[in-house]
Amino acid sequence: MSATTSARASLRQSWRSLTSMRTALVLLFLLAVAAVPGSLLPQRPIDPVAVQRYISRHDVAGRVYDALGFFDTFGAPWFVGLYALLCVSLVGCLMPRIRLHTRALRGRPPAPPRSFERLAGHARLETAAPVTGALDVVAALLRRRRWRVERRTHDDGSESVAAEKGLLRETGNLAFHVGVLAVIAGVAVGALIGYEGRAIVVEGTGFTNTAVAYDELEPGRLRGVDELPPFTLVLDDFDAEYTAGGQPTDFLADVRYAEGLDEPDATARLRVNHPLSVAGSRVYLLAHGYAPHIVVRDRTGQVIYDEVTPFLPQDGSFLSTGVVKVPDVVPGLPQIGVRAAFIPTVDVAADGRLYSRFPDARAPALSYEAFAGDLGLDSGVPQNVYELETAGLVRTGGGFLLPGETSEPLAGGATMTFVGFREWANLQVARDPAQGVVLVAAVVALAGLVTSLRVRRRRVWVRGSAGRGGTVLDVGGLPRRDRAAFVAEFDALIERLSAALPPAQTVTAQTVTAQTVTPETVTAETEEP
Amino acid sequence: MPAHAGLADLSDSLLVAAVLCYVVAMLGYAAELAFGTRRRALPPIAGGSTETLPDRWADVAAGTTPRPDGRDRAGQIGRDRAGQIGRDRAAQIGRDRAGLVGRAAVVVTAVGWLLHVVAVVTRGLAVERVPWGNMYEFSSVVCLAAVTGFLVLVARQPVRHLGAVVMLPVVIYLGLGATVLYAPASPLVPALNSYWLKIHVAAAAIASGTFMVAFAATLLYLVQDLRERRVTADGAGDAPGRGRLPSAAALDTIAYRVTAFAFPVWTFAVIAGAIWAEAAWGRYWGWDPKETWAFITWVLYAGYLHARPLPRWQGRRAAVVSTVAFVALMFCYFGVNLWISGLHSYAGVD
Repeated sequence: MSATTSARASLRQSWRSLTSMRTALVLLFLLAVAAVPGSLLPQRPIDPVAVQRYISRHDVAGRVYDALGFFDTFGAPWFVGLYALLCVSLVGCLMPRIRLHTRALRGRPPAPPRSFERLAGHARLETAAPVTGALDVVAALLRRRRWRVERRTHDDGSESVAAEKGLLRETGNLAFHVGVLAVIAGVAVGALIGYEGRAIVVEGTGFTNTAVAYDELEPGRLRGVDELPPFTLVLDDFDAEYTAGGQPTDFLADVRYAEGLDEPDATARLRVNHPLSVAGSRVYLLAHGYAPHIVVRDRTGQVIYDEVTPFLPQDGSFLSTGVVKVPDVVPGLPQIGVRAAFIPTVDVAADGRLYSRFPDARAPALSYEAFAGDLGLDSGVPQNVYELETAGLVRTGGGFLLPGETSEPLAGGATMTFVGFREWANLQVARDPAQGVVLVAAVVALAGLVTSLRVRRRRVWVRGSAGRGGTVLDVGGLPRRDRAAFVAEFDALIERLSAALPPAQTVTAQTVTAQTVTPETVTAETEEP
Repeated sequence: MPAHAGLADLSDSLLVAAVLCYVVAMLGYAAELAFGTRRRALPPIAGGSTETLPDRWADVAAGTTPRPDGRDRAGQIGRDRAGQIGRDRAAQIGRDRAGLVGRAAVVVTAVGWLLHVVAVVTRGLAVERVPWGNMYEFSSVVCLAAVTGFLVLVARQPVRHLGAVVMLPVVIYLGLGATVLYAPASPLVPALNSYWLKIHVAAAAIASGTFMVAFAATLLYLVQDLRERRVTADGAGDAPGRGRLPSAAALDTIAYRVTAFAFPVWTFAVIAGAIWAEAAWGRYWGWDPKETWAFITWVLYAGYLHARPLPRWQGRRAAVVSTVAFVALMFCYFGVNLWISGLHSYAGVD
């Protein structure tokens, strides 16, 4: 044997084992196991801050997980490799089956076996009609009942009818698997040409669909960040409605928008589950929160910080925390960092702590802690805008402000004023041109799945021979599986046949079905990809 | 605030009554299963003669046909025929009485099911929406689906014995739902306020309930399979109590059929969830923990359906896969909702 043929043989061997059912099963189970870390550990594409926090808290484990790609499980090479292998295995398994099935669809039901004795159902009918006429009646009845029918005249002159039903089972089975493959392909295409981004937009401010406007942006691999479809959107008003118990019932975001660079004058009301379509993208309302308006003045009264800063809600009471970082107090003086909590409806607990009694801003207040020192803003290390690293800072005071109130000097004579607040909405903008394909593929897969699990494949043969004063018909039937259900169907079919045929002088229709109905498991069942 | 506090209270009470029915039914099924042990408890027969048997049983035995297999318990072959028949008959009576208890258990289950249906409907009326908006309500609907599936099965096949194993998770599930997961009647959070709630969650509940029935059949299969194997290993022939429990092969078939029904429903639930996710969050799939576990569950059940027809995976190995898949399903529900924070955190549990 030459080297090339042996190489080809071993290649064929490994292809065969890759496309075998066992390999596919093992890959399937591995895929299930591989998905687990993605649900238990924070994921970078979803929450990069949580990943950073996790790594810093679990030193060694964090770094090991990071090296293994556990923080981006579904983008990790081993996960992608696993489902790519599964796809290859699936394609390899499907192609010969599709070939086989198209041949079966074009083919004719096979000729009757020599003996019907050992089939799941067999029966003998007698009729006054001649052989050909009787078999014509049988064939017509079976055709009417949507069997694929083949009428044969054999070499020895005998005649038979062969009928088959349930090829749809394999059609459904193949449709399911092709559908699943198409779903995977559609997901991949969507990831390549779609995009998805999230931005926090404060009431009264606008948003243009450019990369810099986003807090997080995942552009498709084939799409540059500067290729986003242009549109503008302004959040005029945000409103949350609550029950008396504080459970939210509705979120409403009134926006103005326009495609391109036009003045936004179209209005819309965004709600959860009711996205806005603009410029081929869709805008979703994901979350909301409060943004206190804080002004910091230096000791001369000059404004050195004046911003509406989004705070992050901590729980259902919407007590929200955030940070104010004032780098430019006075040259030479320490910088000021303020860690603050916005309390929508302030109340005092029994232990003296402040808490929020209600998520809506009925009695808002701001509690704060001020620190002075080097905030490290110039160090070049990226910082979380919602957190203040207090190591190395000196706490210089703290307190509690109502709207309009000004604090005691924080550091270097600077004071902070809690002017008021606005609300913010977290918007998600997304476009996935392939999602229609994915939906169609998923529906095809589901339809195929139901078909392949419901339809049963079975065959019936009828042989006619001349008898006393007419014809003796031998009927045999064989299901691919599920003998019990078939026997009932077979008996009903025999009754129909004997009703359709002209009766013999003495009609005897005796049905002999399998004596013992063997359990379904014992009958060999075919492999499916 | 509940729109109709009275109705909500009525619903809670009806659910408690339904659970009580299920507990009673469970005891009934268990009693029917356990009744066979009475045969073991009979006084040992010295010399195996008729005299040692109570007259009444011996009388009954006269003129009756023995069971086709001619013995009642492995390893007790070869005693004299009369004693054998007497003991068989005794077992027969015991079994008839047990059968009565079993049939009564089915009736009690049906009563519990009716109460349960009314409980779910009144809950829906009380909150003026579909009654599956939080974990308490969802648990109730899942169990309703499981009991419905079981009753449909019992109506078609002699599988009453499955009841003990179906009722156990149902009672635990409902018990957890009504205590740990309980949430007072209230309107929906905005994220759930969509008609997809009706479709996606209903499909998920039906699939989960049906998988629960399949799981019960699988568990029973594993037990029965072990028993049949042990008996074969002993070389003693027939399994004890074979007349009571369906054969391992039959249980395996039931588990497969029920799973084959539930799997497309689960597939549909996942697809409907993806469509809803697209409408609510702007992407149809984002590997949120709930989505991930729904995927894991789907993959495992798909593996089971593919594995079972394979000669080398048939039987116990497939059953183990199906059991693991059910554990994943339970984690997808309890684990993800209670321990992992994600977009599906609407449990309504404090």
